[in-house]
Amino acid sequence: MPETPLYPGLSPISTPLSDPLLEVDAVDAFYGDFQALFGVSMRVEAGAIVAVIGANGAGKSTLLKTIAGLMAARRDAIRFAGAAIGGGPAYATVARGIALVPEGRRLFPSLSVEENLLIGGQLGRPGPWTLVRVYDLFPVLAERRRLPSTALSGGQQQMVAIGRALMSNPKLILCDEISLGLAPIVVRDIYARLPSIVAEGAAVVIVEQDIVQALSASSHVYCLQEGRVALAGAAGALTREAISAAYFGV
Amino acid sequence: MTEWINAIVQGVLIGGLYAMFAAGLSLIFGIMRLVNIAHGDLIVLAAYIALVTATTLGLNPIVALVIVVPAMALIGYGLQRGLLNFTLGDDLLPPLLVTFGLSVIIQNGLLELFTADSRRLQAGAIEVATIPVVPGISIGVLPLLQFALAVAVIAGMQFVFYRTALGRAFRATSDDPAVAQLMGLDNRHVFALGMALSLAIVAIAGVLLAVRTNFDPAIGPARLIFGFEAVIIGGLGSLWGTLLGGILLGVAQGIGAELDPGWQMLAGHLAFLVVLAVRPEGLFAKIRG
Repeated sequence: MPETPLYPGLSPISTPLSDPLLEVDAVDAFYGDFQALFGVSMRVEAGAIVAVIGANGAGKSTLLKTIAGLMAARRDAIRFAGAAIGGGPAYATVARGIALVPEGRRLFPSLSVEENLLIGGQLGRPGPWTLVRVYDLFPVLAERRRLPSTALSGGQQQMVAIGRALMSNPKLILCDEISLGLAPIVVRDIYARLPSIVAEGAAVVIVEQDIVQALSASSHVYCLQEGRVALAGAAGALTREAISAAYFGV
Repeated sequence: MTEWINAIVQGVLIGGLYAMFAAGLSLIFGIMRLVNIAHGDLIVLAAYIALVTATTLGLNPIVALVIVVPAMALIGYGLQRGLLNFTLGDDLLPPLLVTFGLSVIIQNGLLELFTADSRRLQAGAIEVATIPVVPGISIGVLPLLQFALAVAVIAGMQFVFYRTALGRAFRATSDDPAVAQLMGLDNRHVFALGMALSLAIVAIAGVLLAVRTNFDPAIGPARLIFGFEAVIIGGLGSLWGTLLGGILLGVAQGIGAELDPGWQMLAGHLAFLVVLAVRPEGLFAKIRG
């Protein structure tokens, strides 16, 4: 029997006004003895685009892998849609609605383009994204759906990787360095599709080396430095000086 | 002349059986890089399960497949989840050692239960039925049925691998187990399904072997070698190649036996060594390097 709130519409005082979709609370992450994250906290509201920036080795990819359940973590360090999910397993995390677009795309080479998309949707989570909708978003993939994924250009492979994540109908999609190794015009093309992804109701976390790209695409920014949050705030409110200080630690 | 043609035809037919030994072996190596040293002994185990089923229930061994195949698939799933999954990792050695130990355990367990006497599954009149093709050459109904089953198994595997969601999961997990998890696939479950499928094929192979020839607890390792040879001759990663590899091995053995009955095994091993020396990736390999 759920408790009826005394004043409908008002949340209890102890929690913020709106519970975030994702709440990372002081998470640590380790590769063997090496500690990659030190007490990192972040919040992602439903439908928001949040950017995580930082230099190489700052822990950006590790943070996304930790959220996706690929790294060991305290159970309550990651809360998603009200449930404590820290530490995975990753296959259960995706079933809850978190999809990761891994760094370097990591398509399945022995699967065709269409099979790569289909396997992304194999859990059958209900939602707006279907094969047809993904082909609408990236029409070039429809023409090449029978080809092996390795036969595509880098930008097209990145589209497959994003489409594969969308096929699971995630509430939160984590994009790790989607501009890596791509021509600027292709990067712009891919970023231009982000609003239509958010319009379908998914929140997006982007990890990005290109600060200008990250700031223009996102509403909130977290800057990591050596495994710690060095700066966080609304994308419009951060000055260039503050960002370079947080980025380079000078 | 006819005896040579006969030798080749019989070689082709027994090649189907070798291909079935090989198919389950290459399936699990493909999916999880596990070399199953106990594969041959599992074939023999399937033969004994068929023996027990056929004698206690009074079934024809071919009909007993209805029980033996699901039983072996279950054993495969349990074996993978309960034991072999824990041996998988970056190192190829632990699964090799554990399945070697398993091989010893199965052989000695069967020896305890069934003694070293050689057994045979009786399939009835079908065993001696033949179809005359031309004068001097006739084809046994049973070998023909075995070959047809082998082709059907390979075709079925081909279908599962390239046309179904399960096959997609197998290929994706084989490509990149970490990213496969991000698709919602539990590697442990996918591997266990792979082993279940492998042992289902082992069950068919074991029953067909036991109807064709005498068996005892010690014949497993030689079947493992035939399986390996068929896989290597055909080339890793190609199912139809595996069938052709099995056929080539069978034909080489048949020709060897025709030259001198003592040369049957030798000729098979020589054919394998020649392929390994000349085309180490196999005759029909899909995977390069």
